[in-house]
Amino acid sequence: MDKSENIIEVSGVTAGYGNNVVLKDIDFTVKHGEIFVIMGGSGCGKSTLLKQMIGLYRPFAGSVTIFGQDIVEATLSERRVMMQKFGVTYQDGALFGSMTLAENVALPLEEYTDKSVAEIAQIVRDKLQQVELGEFGDYMPSEISGGMRKRAGLARAMALSPSLLFFDEPSAGLDPITSADLDSLILVLQREMKTTLVIVSHELDSIYTIADRVIILNAATKGIVASGKPRELRDNCQDSWVRDLLTRKNMKLENKI
Amino acid sequence: MSKQERIVENIGDAAWQAMLDTVDLFCFVGELTITIFTALRQPRKVRWRETFYYMDQCGCKALPITIIICLLMGLILGFQGAVQLRKVGTDIFLADFVGVSILKELGPLMVAMVATGRAGASFAAEIGTMKVSEEVDALETMGCSPHRFLVIPKLLAMLVAMPLLTIFGNIAGIIGGFIVGVSMLKLPPVAYYNRTVAAISPEIFASGLIKSAVFAVIITVVGCMRGFQAENDAQSVGRATTSAVVTAIFWIVIADWVLTMMFTMMGY
Ligand SMILES: Nc1ncnc2c1ncn2[C@@H]1O[C@H](COP(=O)(O)OP(=O)(O)OP(=O)(O)O)[C@@H](O)[C@H]1O
Ligand SMILES: [Mg+2]
Repeated sequence: MDKSENIIEVSGVTAGYGNNVVLKDIDFTVKHGEIFVIMGGSGCGKSTLLKQMIGLYRPFAGSVTIFGQDIVEATLSERRVMMQKFGVTYQDGALFGSMTLAENVALPLEEYTDKSVAEIAQIVRDKLQQVELGEFGDYMPSEISGGMRKRAGLARAMALSPSLLFFDEPSAGLDPITSADLDSLILVLQREMKTTLVIVSHELDSIYTIADRVIILNAATKGIVASGKPRELRDNCQDSWVRDLLTRKNMKLENKI
Repeated sequence: MSKQERIVENIGDAAWQAMLDTVDLFCFVGELTITIFTALRQPRKVRWRETFYYMDQCGCKALPITIIICLLMGLILGFQGAVQLRKVGTDIFLADFVGVSILKELGPLMVAMVATGRAGASFAAEIGTMKVSEEVDALETMGCSPHRFLVIPKLLAMLVAMPLLTIFGNIAGIIGGFIVGVSMLKLPPVAYYNRTVAAISPEIFASGLIKSAVFAVIITVVGCMRGFQAENDAQSVGRATTSAVVTAIFWIVIADWVLTMMFTMMGY
């Protein structure tokens, strides 16, 4: 695939719940192989945007194209094929509580492929190893910590070795060290597997470390207020709200010192 | 707007909501029917392990309470019947009275009430919680239909568990009547037994089991539907659970009435 080719195209998406419009007229594209970050304050509709992109909800208007195919208009069976090509990690892991970690990771393989039990077990072991949960295959989701649940969710999202990964708040609710670990894990995975990553985050540290491009949503305008490379935005953006958002952490630090 | 107008408007609004809800229920049943047929063509894709889990949860674990409640129901029915029948000196017909009413009506109904409180409520809470924690979303992106994954195992389990529970409940109920007949009315045990056997028939027995299978479908479908309707907060899971119980009881009574009319017309 051409490096510059757009893997996701979101155009004119207006979305929300019931009569409540959360996002208005969103336009952006994600290129092959990049780490794309969606930023914004809590409750501004980041998770909502992500769910629109993976076709879980229908937008009020506009279209979402993934791998050159419209996911909004796709039929159920077309969508099933598309969904095999990307993985999703949810905000709280969304592991199935009645299954062990290994069974959770095995589920997409059982659903989408005809692999034998032994093959599946091997892949599951590999994927859990990759997120450093090798010994925890037999644990139930309730028996492990929040960070481990997120990593297990990541292993499950990667089960089919997708070329596109969606990641809702990988580091929210984790301590800085664990969250940095997760960041480096994401970077390693991206280099090894050439995956395109769409990440929802408001952790400035991770954004400066990993993001190729970032868009910033604002709850007041319900739209994108800025997009570009994070460092360039921080230094050159016209909008002072965006500059504040991108330097917030540093200001706090300065006050303390 | 005057007070009277508001009352009318509220009643109309409530009726309209109830109608929409009923339409939702039938849509859900429709979608589910399609899923069931797809699942029947690919039995390998049914989650058998979950199915057995729910059979254990909703069947085996419910057995003690079901037996106790049906036994007590038999005792109560026995007392009520004994008082009336003694007045006209037809004590022995207590066996007919208890046997037939337990088998036709009270056995399936009491089992359904217990199952609504246990299984129906827990189905709604389980699916509602899964929705809040985005597990239902995750299922969809992994290519599993939430219906096939979450509803079919529960439905199959309940379709097996409820009629079996009803059989045990029936036996317990008849024993309840027997205890009253023998101790209070001093009927000879053998006479009571013979009278019971003469009064009940395989048709009566079967009609009760059919009822309980229908109730099983209602409890599962309503419980699951309410779970899926839960919104993304904990309170709505609570509301879903309450509503699952109330709605299921409502539809059970309606179905009971329809089935009773049907069986009566067919001569059972
Ligand atoms: N299932 C839902 N039903 C109705 N409204 C919803 C639902 N999910 C989210 N909302 C509303 O949509 C808005 C955006 O929510 P969303 O979860 O997308 O925010 P977010 O940016 O992901 O926030 P956070 O950083 O806290 O995860 C919120 O105001 C929320 O109240
Ligand atoms: Mg979110």
